[in-house]
Amino acid sequence: MIPSRVNLINVLVPVKRAIDYAVKIRIAKDGKGVDTTVKHSMNPFDEIAVEEAIRLKERTKAVTSIIALSIGPAKSVETLRTALAMGADSAVHIVTPEAPSPSSNPEPVNVAAAIKAVIDRSKAAGADKAIDLVIMGKQAIDDDSGSTGGMLAGMLGWGQGTFASKLDVDKASGKVEVTREIDGGLSRIESKLPIVVTTDLRLSEPRYASLPNIMKAKKKKIESLKPEDLGIDLSPRMSVLSVSEPPKRVGGGKVENVDELVQKLKEGGIV
Amino acid sequence: MLARTLRSNLPASSLPSRLAPTITPIFSRSLSTSSSSLPLPSHQSASKPANTSAYGRNLHVSAVRKSEVEEPNTRPEINTPPSIYNFTEEEEMLRETVRKFAQEVIGPKVTEMDESEVMDPEIIKGLFDQGLMGIETSAEHGGSEMSFMAAILAVEELSKVDPSVSVCCDVHNTLVNSTLRLFGNDYVKDKYLPGLATNVLGSFCLSEPNSGSDAFALQTTAKLEPDGEHYILNGSKMWITNSGEADYFLVFANIDPSKGYKGITCFMVEKDWGVQIAKKEKKLGIRASSTCLLSFDDVKVPAKNVVGEVGKGYKIAIEILNEGRIGIAAQMLGLAQGAFDYAVTYAFQRKQFGKPVGDNQGMGFQFAEVATEIETARLLTYNAARLKEEGKEFKIAAAMAKYHASKVAQKASGLAIEWCGGVGFTRDLPVQKFWRDSMIGAIYEGTSNIQLETIWKDLKKKYT
Repeated sequence: MIPSRVNLINVLVPVKRAIDYAVKIRIAKDGKGVDTTVKHSMNPFDEIAVEEAIRLKERTKAVTSIIALSIGPAKSVETLRTALAMGADSAVHIVTPEAPSPSSNPEPVNVAAAIKAVIDRSKAAGADKAIDLVIMGKQAIDDDSGSTGGMLAGMLGWGQGTFASKLDVDKASGKVEVTREIDGGLSRIESKLPIVVTTDLRLSEPRYASLPNIMKAKKKKIESLKPEDLGIDLSPRMSVLSVSEPPKRVGGGKVENVDELVQKLKEGGIV
Repeated sequence: MLARTLRSNLPASSLPSRLAPTITPIFSRSLSTSSSSLPLPSHQSASKPANTSAYGRNLHVSAVRKSEVEEPNTRPEINTPPSIYNFTEEEEMLRETVRKFAQEVIGPKVTEMDESEVMDPEIIKGLFDQGLMGIETSAEHGGSEMSFMAAILAVEELSKVDPSVSVCCDVHNTLVNSTLRLFGNDYVKDKYLPGLATNVLGSFCLSEPNSGSDAFALQTTAKLEPDGEHYILNGSKMWITNSGEADYFLVFANIDPSKGYKGITCFMVEKDWGVQIAKKEKKLGIRASSTCLLSFDDVKVPAKNVVGEVGKGYKIAIEILNEGRIGIAAQMLGLAQGAFDYAVTYAFQRKQFGKPVGDNQGMGFQFAEVATEIETARLLTYNAARLKEEGKEFKIAAAMAKYHASKVAQKASGLAIEWCGGVGFTRDLPVQKFWRDSMIGAIYEGTSNIQLETIWKDLKKKYT
């Protein structure tokens, strides 16, 4: 039997190398960013995306391959290697210049365009290579833009299931059901492939890369591309004017009794 | 300032390259400072007769290898070996994954396991699932096929959270798996390594009630049956790590006590063949790790389960314990770091006299001193591990690493209690546990005195 189109889902998982969630963020000396000479790791929402792609593969047997993609400086290879060690099948690295070049950390619109270019290229490579599903973090914890997924779906003209807390793909019909946590309950949306899904915190719990899988990841392929190879431009449209710390909390005072408290509140215009 | 003016007025290429050595040291220094603060246009730097070193020695430039320097370097290329802090990509990833596993999976259970003196079976299962129980075992035998250093890093990371868990992993990998891997015949390797890499815990049985440091005075006997196919084991073993949960036991027994240590032979024994696990010790530290008394009462072991040659058990024990010591050094290193991390974080949060207690110089200097000592333990441990990997002589390096790391662990964890003050003395904080756990470092896999004796004997050979 000729496998139907749906049996050949290729999943693309874009992953970002971001400052590790446990690191205390400090403002850089020039006041235009944060100190990036600290520990980095895969953006936690992207980790959830990689996990969900692997689970989808294990659960539905409908996934042919999981491709991890990262856009960033040379060290992003480490992040891709982590995705491969978790269970992605291959990886693409779009190499950007090192910081402080503004293109080292491209803006969401450029990232979306780059992801689209990779998807277009996959379509050109043949039906069995075409990417039909993108699972990506809803936001990166460094810039918190949270807009790449939506922009990408718009550029591709695909459906989108954002902030997914549950994902189901029906192998036979190609229907995708995304559950989203909204104020006051759950919203379930249905769509058809191809689709862009962005992950919420409760979608899945990322696995640890086991040692044998770390060794296997060594043998998996990471394709290295320059932005020019895909005909994309990563130069920024915005520039950061300044980055500053939130104002420090100032300690309060003590009052002797309720009357004094009420008076202070009145003075402050609070009551 | 003079230098700066000179520099900015003259094209760099016209500066006499021999100028620096002929001028006064102060002048020379300011020149080199200014050269590093004044970026030169690339076409100028390309035609420069010599790099910054010609104008005054700049430490940075002198030590960097050529591939990392953009400017052409007329100094002869220095191909120095990399520092000890170079790790393979896999080693870095392993450290990261073990760190996460330790913090997220083991962390929440540490106190409970210590109080109840029981290792949670889920943790042992987790170690197997992560591939941490067959680190060096070949993929063909179901292992992770990683380096010895990988095992050392895993033990270090586990110890930062719970030294009880790390000793379980350490003994299983560096003693049990390694003995089979390095000395076992194909039969025992094929039969036991896959299980040991995936779900069966192993135990290394050498010590006995009357033979601790004097290991080769062991009294357990193995008598060859008249059929020549089996040995009958009789005797008892004491202080055996992992024995409470293990199913496979490497047992050292004497086939002919009249031959002395040359009768000692290593056997692979399955629990089902009649190994009796008797009393479980109640210990000061690493309480979640089981340590039991074992007895062998006419346990019948097939002759093909002899590991290595008959009568060569003493050699196996010596060689395996030499590398095992690096594992204990890593355990003590991780422990010291774990206690240090907790206590120093606390000291910068706890406020007294209106400021964090860590802001007092009297505290800060103690942190600096202990951080330095932990660094020495780390360098000794990593270096011993790399020497072992390179196939070089590492016995003394291992002895020094284990001896020193156990001392550093005791000091760091002891001070960590002091740094946390009254609450550090309570069992609510993990620092007291680190300190209790640290005491074993000076005792097992060769006491501190045995390590010193090893080092001393080597010194004597050199000096006499």
